Amino acid sequence: MHCRAPYFQAQDLDALDRRLIDSYQRGLPVRTRPFHTVAERLGTSEAEVIARLERLQSLGVLSRVGPVFDHSRAGASLLAAVAVPEAERDAFAELINAAPGVNHNYAREDQAREHGYNLWFVMTAPDAPELEARLGALEARLGVPLLRLPMLEGFHIDLSFPIPWAELERI
Amino acid sequence: MSTVTPLSLDTARAPGEPDAHRRLRALLEQGLPLTPRPWQALAEQAGMAEEEVMACVRRWQAEGLIKRLGLVVRHRRLGIQANAMVVWDVPDEGVALVGRRLARETAVTLCYRRPRRLPDWPYNLFCMIHGTRRERVLAELAAIVERLGLDDLQHRVLFSTHAYRQCGGRYVREGAA
Repeated sequence: MHCRAPYFQAQDLDALDRRLIDSYQRGLPVRTRPFHTVAERLGTSEAEVIARLERLQSLGVLSRVGPVFDHSRAGASLLAAVAVPEAERDAFAELINAAPGVNHNYAREDQAREHGYNLWFVMTAPDAPELEARLGALEARLGVPLLRLPMLEGFHIDLSFPIPWAELERI
Repeated sequence: MSTVTPLSLDTARAPGEPDAHRRLRALLEQGLPLTPRPWQALAEQAGMAEEEVMACVRRWQAEGLIKRLGLVVRHRRLGIQANAMVVWDVPDEGVALVGRRLARETAVTLCYRRPRRLPDWPYNLFCMIHGTRRERVLAELAAIVERLGLDDLQHRVLFSTHAYRQCGGRYVREGAA
């Protein structure tokens, strides 16, 4: 499954959309009517907030509205990489995507090294033994050794990122 | 979001966790229903009371299982296309300090310590830097290296060239997304 979508124009998002995104990548209130609280704080109506969120979701700007779980506590997960010939990269990526539990899968380019690890993915599972079983099965299927890079310590706990609106408008 | 989500085997099972709570977590990973009372809607699907759903979410937040609650943005879709994984070889005794300092940088969105895999992988600290373009990301990285005095640490920059799958920390396999 490819996630790449046609380019989206930041100009298509108005001031209210941007304030929603800037203010609520975190801190959505756990109240009976959370969108009502959001609307009050942003000076609009609950129905408007819901409509905006629906639109942003349907445009693909938001993948969802909800919690981000801590990977290391929500189950077992592991960052892995393989070095494969560039010409066969798509085929390897397809095998990786077909494996159960893969939730990220990126091609990466190492400018300093030509034949380095070029496919990077995150494998998840309900627990550690199942994770190892999935990795082992995938490794056998790919026929190349997996670089296994479990997280040992996390220094950053927040995935939210300030959106550079002005810069996006210049693209 | 009106369909009932099938129970996913991929949702981690905490020992002794009630089935309803596990169902709730599987539902939450798909996002809140965009209705005036989303917790009530989730409660109905999970077979719980609205109050209990909210109490669970608050507890998971307090315990750190939930890192944040809000809008999950697809940065690529917005045009934030450059995504660099910067890997560093830091002497073991200094890795926690460097990790904490990198994590405080606004441009750094994730920062993890991972094991070295010698001989071919000597890097033990990973961070992600996002930006609109590669040049911006590299300029940001250069500024960080200078600010934190990291010039003597060996590091490499791996830019993503294609996202075969980008589904953000879900333990439930994605549906139609």
